[in-house]
Amino acid sequence: MTAVHIPGKKSGHIMLFALSTCGWCQKTKKLLDDLGVEYYYEYVDHLHGDERERAIQEVAGWNPSGTFPTLVINGERCIVGYKDGEIREALSVA
Amino acid sequence: MDSLHKRLEQEAESAGYHLNADVQFTKGLVKSLLVNERRYGYWACPCRLASGDKQEDLDIICPCDYRDPDLNDYDACYCALYVSEAARKGEKTVGSIPERRPPPAERQQRAQRQPGGMFGLSLPIWRCKVCGYLCAREQPPEVCPICKSKRDRFERFIEAART
Repeated sequence: MTAVHIPGKKSGHIMLFALSTCGWCQKTKKLLDDLGVEYYYEYVDHLHGDERERAIQEVAGWNPSGTFPTLVINGERCIVGYKDGEIREALSVA
Repeated sequence: MDSLHKRLEQEAESAGYHLNADVQFTKGLVKSLLVNERRYGYWACPCRLASGDKQEDLDIICPCDYRDPDLNDYDACYCALYVSEAARKGEKTVGSIPERRPPPAERQQRAQRQPGGMFGLSLPIWRCKVCGYLCAREQPPEVCPICKSKRDRFERFIEAART
């Protein structure tokens, strides 16, 4: 996979699975930008073939409904949807 | 994009629906609809991953089959492009909501289910999966007179009796 790296304040390993067209995904990404944390993101709708399948499988592993945005923190916690408060809280302790 | 936003706004209001009053957010979604039109050939829901197979994606072509129940339960559709009147007026806030679309296996099962012909009707009843409009005729209308969805968004709701 070719996740995009956004440099910033270290706050654990943050991986955002998103769609480039989705308003809630954009809000989630903007929240991470505003918090200034280091994170990685993948626009799954930009992927094709095997790469896309792999990303879908990975999202489904964390979030069985396979929806976006799916935010995975430190490979142990997953937040589905744009949840401002929950994301802030998770990153403050990550 | 601005003209499409205006058109959608007019169509929504004339049919008793409302677009999200957050114009910047809403225009972002309208732009995404145009991106998906270019990408897939139809208005796939911007907040769901389309398969690219129109038949498989019919239920998530905007306005999707899940818009109205989501408006009832959460005051917004899944993307929050459409909102309830209360949300439009700012009396309710909208946020990201749970996905109502069934997972792929369940969708397949539903598609295979056949309606029964128990009512002795002379014509089948067609139901618009977007807004629920019903009509009894040989074929569904070209365009839903209520919500303007195209013919392929109709399902055979009640079968006519076999003669």
